[in-house]
Amino acid sequence: MGFEQFGVVSFTATTKAEKFVDFLREGKVCGTICKACGAKFFPPRSDCNVCLSDDMEWFEILGDGNLLTYTEAMYAPAGFEKDVPYLLGVAEFKDGKVFGRLDKSMLEDGITPGMKIKLKVVNLEEGRVSYELTAA
Amino acid sequence: MPKVGVVAVGQSAFVRSYPGSIRELAFEAFRDALSGSGINANKIEASLICSAPEYDKQRTPAGLIAEYLGLNPQPTFYVESVCSSSSSGLRTAYALIASGLHDVVMVLGFQKMSEISSAESQERMGRGADIQWEAPFGTMMPAYYAMHARGHFTKYGTTEEDLALIRLKSSTYGVINEKAVFRKSLTLDKIMEPKYIATPLKMMDCCANADGSSCIILASEDRAKDLCEKPVWVKGVGMATAPINMAGRDTFSGLKCANLAAKRAYDMAGVGPKDIDVAEVHDCFTIAEMMAYEDLGFAEPGQGKELIRNKETYKEGRIPVNVDGGLLSKGHPIGATGGSQIRTIVLQLRGEAGEIQVPNAKTGLVHNIGGVGIYGNVTIFGVD
Repeated sequence: MGFEQFGVVSFTATTKAEKFVDFLREGKVCGTICKACGAKFFPPRSDCNVCLSDDMEWFEILGDGNLLTYTEAMYAPAGFEKDVPYLLGVAEFKDGKVFGRLDKSMLEDGITPGMKIKLKVVNLEEGRVSYELTAA
Repeated sequence: MPKVGVVAVGQSAFVRSYPGSIRELAFEAFRDALSGSGINANKIEASLICSAPEYDKQRTPAGLIAEYLGLNPQPTFYVESVCSSSSSGLRTAYALIASGLHDVVMVLGFQKMSEISSAESQERMGRGADIQWEAPFGTMMPAYYAMHARGHFTKYGTTEEDLALIRLKSSTYGVINEKAVFRKSLTLDKIMEPKYIATPLKMMDCCANADGSSCIILASEDRAKDLCEKPVWVKGVGMATAPINMAGRDTFSGLKCANLAAKRAYDMAGVGPKDIDVAEVHDCFTIAEMMAYEDLGFAEPGQGKELIRNKETYKEGRIPVNVDGGLLSKGHPIGATGGSQIRTIVLQLRGEAGEIQVPNAKTGLVHNIGGVGIYGNVTIFGVD
């Protein structure tokens, strides 16, 4: 069981960053930090494009972020039809920007770019796992 | 740099579903380019075939198409940067000619999108983004551009009505473009109907899939003068890239790759935005044209809405943009799109654009984007 369990439909079965899914199961959304030069990455990278090291460790994206932009998708590509409509957006946290689904319940109270956002892990059908951006 | 000229241009009609195979579709543009030009297959020293491969059942289309067009045994290879593939092809052809390796090179773009369903097409286009970290959320092109629309609205106060004005302009010219897939006359009320695809983008903010092909033939200076009465010269080829992942983007109110590609093209051509007489920009969505106004320097950041509100980008305006109807009306057969844009500008600079001719057009620009701002190609053409 590995990375193919990430998200509604996964297109990547094998990656050196598959520990990302293990961290999701522990309730954490994590990026990587290069132990050689300190560069931080989200989404996580297995190789540092700053100093070329492959010696990485994981860190959790913590705290509140700001919502930069979002959309409510009324149509979906093949494999995602049952989720329609759903929200996609980008938020900026202290340690980097995060793209993902937004919690659908946010529609009830209104969504405004600039609002405070936090990350939460969500369990999907058939043991799949993902994360969402939700109101802080 | 040695001069490189465009000596022939062609395009198939862009249609919802082409009743033939990809080789036959490619031949449509090839025939259109060569007819009456005095150029034949023997004079073409190399060909670049441009498309996005995920639509084709045929593996390695370049070999197939080169054969069908009678271009064996000359070199051929495939060039891909999704929606900007044929502009990347033109850039490559420019380099092949400027280096002295070849004197006459053909760039043929094609796409037969109708081979798969619209939902499958969206899924494949979604995979033009980061499949490891983004596609598992259900990404698709309208959603990505919608996030840029929201970014632009938030930062600059642009409105859905402003975007509707861009579609209204497109429709004005789409009606008279015989090669366009969408030729219906539209009203603002129709465009503003709340049929959302991905908020704030509605049905009419989005271009349609299409089947089509385009063909551009380029030559070295001496050969261009020999082959063509009115060669149009490539003055600047600018290209830049930006991170494929949205988490790597600096802004959601413009496309950095387009802005940087434009700077490079302007520098190479020795001109600026005010020197451009007519432009073709990559309006896969209305917001894409709005951002192009600003990324290309036709308007200051945030002022693009004033250009369209004042009709400055109509044929009679200060900087006519997409007066052939653009992607919104012509349709967007991925690999063929850049070549179609280039064809329009070449016809404009030759004074052969007919009903949409911009008077005395001497310098033209093509802005062609691949993915959601992954690849930015800006090419500048001139008559001297």
